[in-house]
Amino acid sequence: MSDQSLTLPSAVSEPQAADVEVNLSAGEIGQLSLWYLIWRRFLRNRLAVAATFVLLLLYLMVALAEFITPYDHLLSNEDFVARAPQLPRFRDAAGQFHLRPFVYGTTTELDTYNLDWVHKDDTSQMYPLKLFVKGVPYKLLGLFPSERHLYGVDEPGTVFLLGTDRLGRDLFSRIVFGGRISMTVGLIGVSLTILFGSVMGTISGYFGGPVDTVIQRFIELLMSFPAIALWAALAAAMPADITIVTRFFLISIILSLIGWTSLARQVRAKVLAFREMEFSSAATAAGASHFRIIMVHMLPNALSHIIVIATLAIPGMILAETALSFLGLGILPPAVSWGTLLQDAQTVGVVIKKPWLMLPGAFVIVSVLSFNFLGDGIRDAVDPFAL
Amino acid sequence: MADRTETILEVRNLHTHFHTESGVVRALEGVDFTLNRGQVLGVVGESGCGKSVTAQCIMNMVPSRGRIVDGSVIYHQRNGQGTEAVEITALPPKSREMRRIRGNEIAMIFQEPMTSLDPLYTVGNQLLEAINLHQDVDRTEARALAVHSLDRVQLPEPERVFASYPHQLSGGQRQRVMIAIALSCNPTLLIADEPTTALDVTTQAQILSLMRDLQDETHMSIIFITHDLGVVAEMCDEVAVMYLGKVVEQTDIDTTFYSPRHPYTQALLRSIPRLDDDQGRRLEVIAGSVPDPSSIPSGCRFHPRCPDFVTGVCEQREPVLIRIDEDHQVRCHLYDETASSQPGTQP
Amino acid sequence: MLAFIARRLVYMISTLVLISFVGFLIINLPPGSYIDVFQAQRQLQGTHTAEAELEALKRRYGLDKPVPVQYWIWVRGFVRGDFGRSFEFNREVSELIWERLGFTVAIATGSLLFIWLVAIPIGIYTATHQYKLGDNVATIVGMAGLSIPDFMLALVLMVVIQRLFGFTVGGLFSREYVDAPWSLAKVIDLVKHLWVPIVVVGTSGTAGLMRIMRGNLLDILNMQYVQAARARGLREATVVVKHAVRNAIHPLIMLLGMSLPTIISGSLIVSIVLGLPTTGPLYFNALRQQDMYLAGTFLMFLAFMLVLGNFLADILLGLIDPRIRYE
Repeated sequence: MSDQSLTLPSAVSEPQAADVEVNLSAGEIGQLSLWYLIWRRFLRNRLAVAATFVLLLLYLMVALAEFITPYDHLLSNEDFVARAPQLPRFRDAAGQFHLRPFVYGTTTELDTYNLDWVHKDDTSQMYPLKLFVKGVPYKLLGLFPSERHLYGVDEPGTVFLLGTDRLGRDLFSRIVFGGRISMTVGLIGVSLTILFGSVMGTISGYFGGPVDTVIQRFIELLMSFPAIALWAALAAAMPADITIVTRFFLISIILSLIGWTSLARQVRAKVLAFREMEFSSAATAAGASHFRIIMVHMLPNALSHIIVIATLAIPGMILAETALSFLGLGILPPAVSWGTLLQDAQTVGVVIKKPWLMLPGAFVIVSVLSFNFLGDGIRDAVDPFAL
Repeated sequence: MADRTETILEVRNLHTHFHTESGVVRALEGVDFTLNRGQVLGVVGESGCGKSVTAQCIMNMVPSRGRIVDGSVIYHQRNGQGTEAVEITALPPKSREMRRIRGNEIAMIFQEPMTSLDPLYTVGNQLLEAINLHQDVDRTEARALAVHSLDRVQLPEPERVFASYPHQLSGGQRQRVMIAIALSCNPTLLIADEPTTALDVTTQAQILSLMRDLQDETHMSIIFITHDLGVVAEMCDEVAVMYLGKVVEQTDIDTTFYSPRHPYTQALLRSIPRLDDDQGRRLEVIAGSVPDPSSIPSGCRFHPRCPDFVTGVCEQREPVLIRIDEDHQVRCHLYDETASSQPGTQP
Repeated sequence: MLAFIARRLVYMISTLVLISFVGFLIINLPPGSYIDVFQAQRQLQGTHTAEAELEALKRRYGLDKPVPVQYWIWVRGFVRGDFGRSFEFNREVSELIWERLGFTVAIATGSLLFIWLVAIPIGIYTATHQYKLGDNVATIVGMAGLSIPDFMLALVLMVVIQRLFGFTVGGLFSREYVDAPWSLAKVIDLVKHLWVPIVVVGTSGTAGLMRIMRGNLLDILNMQYVQAARARGLREATVVVKHAVRNAIHPLIMLLGMSLPTIISGSLIVSIVLGLPTTGPLYFNALRQQDMYLAGTFLMFLAFMLVLGNFLADILLGLIDPRIRYE
């Protein structure tokens, strides 16, 4: 109803124009209540709401990375190579309880048989955990200079909550900074995917004929390659001498180059369905242009669908980036992402001896799982009748 | 010859609710009717009034989210000399007893002939399924029975249809196949859920005349679910009118058309065109629209749209089914002497 | 049916041609010419390349000729089994590729079987027990399965197997069989090793297929022909298996072609962690070393396999679905 009245104002005389306005606002109320209904249904899905909180927390964490991390994530420390996580404790070796949690110091020995450094907790040294300690200066969000960090211990103590890697770098700091790349590569990739996918899908579905055939054929061609292999081939073709930022964006583009195909197909199906519906004939009859019909009538109608697909596409992107970087074809050191961190944990031997090196994977799983639950929640809220 | 005074099916105070994410939908809130052996009962109402759910309850095939919360369906089964009352609603839906009744005693045909045959199996396969299940026959006999039942529904070349896949047949042919499957085991009761709605007018007429012929031949009882009063006039002996999950009036066909009592039935009849109408009479429409099942009006469910609405009564108390005649029941305060002193205006 | 197969065949061949374009594009995509990279690699290895050898390479690939001619020379080589030369290994690509492709196919096929055998029954169970405990558990476990990177799952499973069974997994053969000629004992040894990658690759695919099967079956269970079958008095098990499940599986066969790329992707990356002599390690290494004739050919063959798999799935569907057979 409101769709038709939207295209008419130029054609109606003064008194009727008022009516149109009334219709319009009624239409808006209808829209509002639709979104409100979706919102209410979404809130009822506890898993999806929990996932949303987890994601907000993760994004907050990577945005405030400099403040949250106690150490510079690139700073290697040969005294603490591959140290196991230092767990915060309340009870000391003598069995005495401390209200403020503390960590032990470290003793290091050389295992002469394996030629490996062995780190042990030194129970004679205790460093209480402190909040807002002074440390490396930084600019919060790139704007506010500060040198306070969320937590830390006094020198010469160390606090490696999640242990250190093979160069003695604090794993927690590396994971938080790695999250900056891993959690955003999906967002950028998905934005591009939405752009390519909805534009190509709309064109394909709206115009049909040879345009449609060519686009569909192209999509099929892309889909007949194993995604990882094609991603890797394109990533390998990137010149070696580009900056980290350029590489990051190129990787996002590569991920979206393949991701758009399924979105395009689904948008095309939606557009085909809408093309048959009354309101688009009405708009055509009222003399609206192709562009107007697509932008004003079809895209908004496919919007909820696009949002769902996009949310469900982000996990795939995060996993793909992780896989590429794990293979050494994605993000390259010194830049960190969860995939590059996992490169340290490529063999069973490492996993058995230094299991904490798998922890970046836990972050991958939590964020991917959260996006999946969120996407499922949105889908159920938007279309309660789908599975 | 069937005894037309012998009851075959009783539906008593049936309540069926569906539990959905947006709350409980009360699909049936008191469905009552009886059907005699050899009779054709029309169940009439607007879409969403619970006609199809009633059919599902009789077959004991309510979808998983639905539950029969009250009332009963009693089927009087012939065995040897006498009859035995089987309470269908008390049988577990997947039990052997229930399955022996389905297809064998009570058969059903559906609204959409295009989708009521499994596309992956031949007509013959699906027909033999029913025959082998309910009749003690060997392979050749079963096949002969199957071809015969296709012949009985006047399908040309029954042998070819037997070997066909559903997609090779037209909508009308498929509905004939469905009827053939339904009748292959000589059921005593056939439930036809809008069997002609999805067909074009010519095919519709053919299917109706086929069903009438077959009823004359077998004297089975039929529950004919439809929203088309013309079809009712053509097919039925008895009519039950439903509104929002309740049967509001049940009586014989003549009374339904010539002296209906419930305001809803009266309104329905005024809304269809007649050949003997005065020139220039405007067709009436029923004021308002069917309320959403999640916001059912209080008191009598029809009161917001009722032309004979009595303030202070209709919106406050739910009417009960009143027997005003040997074969005429109405659910309306206008005929309840204890509730209202002024009878409604007769049309 | 024959016309149907012929149509699909023509379609497949046209797709293969397009894929070879992409393969050629990939070979030529990295900056720097093949000869330059070749020389640089040789210098790294400490050997000097004779001018004559370079000339021979140029002639072989037609590198001094225009691009379409280069493509033609490359494609023409396929007929003779000539796919170019890997300078990393200094061997013909064709020598390197066959055995590895064979193992990849074996793992992919095994994973596919594993996925179907596990996912379809669970999908049926969850659809027929919607919102019951089992359904909810399967949904959450499935979701977790979708969210774990393949290679992590492989690592964790390897550790678990090592702890539980006490033997080291990885590779496709025990040490004594790696270079041994093929024999029955070697085949048995292969099967003993093969199940780990199959389970790992299959586990991540299972979650997706399970959810699709559940959704399809829920849709089909609401179809009128299922109700009609029930109304005939058929046993519930017959209704579900004969009518609902068969109809729900059909779209999955169409999806088969689409799930193959995912399985191959999974097997490529799992192979690295498990150290399997399949396409994966060789392919990614070739990419890192810019050994493009090897990489391009591998990529092309992987795509060929997928297209062939799709073609077979189409024919299978035609065989079991009368609507397609009689088209």
